Amino acid sequence: MKALMEVRHLKVRRSGAQVLHVDSLEVRPGEVLALVGPNGGGKTTLLLALAQLLGQQQGDILFAGRPLREWDKLEYRRRISIVFQNPMLLDMSVADNVALGLRFRGLPPDDVKRRVDKWLHRLEIGALAGRRAVELSGGEAQRVSLARAFVLEPELLFLDEPFPGLDPPARARLLDDLAGLLAEDHCTAILVTHNLKEAAQLADRVAVIVGGRLRQVGSPRQIKAHPADREVAAFLRTMPR
Amino acid sequence: MVLDTEVLQITLLSLRISATATAISLLLGLPLGTLLGLGNFRGRSFLLSLVNTGMGLPPVVVGLVVAMSLWRSGFLGDLRLIYTPTAIVIAQVIIAFPVAAGLTTASLQALDPRLPQQLLGLGASRIQMIWLLWREARLPLLAALMAAFGSVISEVGASMMVGGNIRHQTRVLTTAIVLETGKGEFEIAIGLAVLLLLITFLVNLALTRIQQRSARR
Repeated sequence: MKALMEVRHLKVRRSGAQVLHVDSLEVRPGEVLALVGPNGGGKTTLLLALAQLLGQQQGDILFAGRPLREWDKLEYRRRISIVFQNPMLLDMSVADNVALGLRFRGLPPDDVKRRVDKWLHRLEIGALAGRRAVELSGGEAQRVSLARAFVLEPELLFLDEPFPGLDPPARARLLDDLAGLLAEDHCTAILVTHNLKEAAQLADRVAVIVGGRLRQVGSPRQIKAHPADREVAAFLRTMPR
Repeated sequence: MVLDTEVLQITLLSLRISATATAISLLLGLPLGTLLGLGNFRGRSFLLSLVNTGMGLPPVVVGLVVAMSLWRSGFLGDLRLIYTPTAIVIAQVIIAFPVAAGLTTASLQALDPRLPQQLLGLGASRIQMIWLLWREARLPLLAALMAAFGSVISEVGASMMVGGNIRHQTRVLTTAIVLETGKGEFEIAIGLAVLLLLITFLVNLALTRIQQRSARR
């Protein structure tokens, strides 16, 4: 199957130093690819580079067979969507927050309402529609942030550590719900996490990034059984059993 | 000089000049402050230090430079603007626009630094993103508006130097207070001072109401 996204010889430098080097990576349509590795290893940098939210980078990233530098940036960004660690909701109602991306795209109000209602319902936050977003709890806010991204029905969804600071039961429930949504919608997604267990639950394949380099790509089971090098093995040892 | 037509005329002129200067300062300061708050370009921090210095410009120095420029022999002398309300507006814009720009920068930098990326990642165009960032920063931005207006309505040095305090033409509340005090007409000076304070209070009251209403929403 043809890759939805391909990375070739991507290098990112910051203040003169190389912070990321990915020789080759593919994202296939319908798959969830997890980028795992220790904090500060370059996972989020890669995600931002793929979402075209970083300044300078070298190498090629292809989306739907075409290099990103040939894409109009806005046109590309309107085919993707992103969820960050911090929900960053705006000071407006929950429904208006979820509607943001649809309004950016100039959709008619009726369509906006229909799709917002549908996704509020799917994320079980329908009752919060009229609430002021800045007054929500952490778990509720993260659900709104997910709804705001899913409502766009993007061709490629980026998730950057979407469950920070939640208590374990809320985290587990959100993880289950997200796994359900990703599977039901056959969503293509790139998930950043430092937790291999979470990656195993959500992702089809895992890419391990340590020290700014892509070390290994494979199924969670393959990676656990056969770490490609000492760095990957050392990272795996830091995971809770 | 009791509360008569002359006082009314002086008051309206003060308001007109300072409101115009504040509006122009915002038109210039909001985009510049946004560029400095969100941009990442060579010379940014130098430009920001210039703006921050400008926030504390002594009005008499501004008055001196504007007066020299608009003077008959000055490089803008042909415009014949010296001792006109327009000259006062020019001086007040130079005083207030760094205030508007500097506070806009500070307001935007107080937002989550990832917020612009989040909005772009949801498909916002640059203009849509900036509009929403302004909306998020509306409380400190309204404070910037109050500070800009406050810095010009209360300013006297520059208005005196470039406006000349000409009766019926360029006399504003602050310059009238200076004149009446100089003449020893303290009662009139106090009356004008109370009027100035009242105007400043009413304008800020209105803006604070708007600010606090949006804070509760």
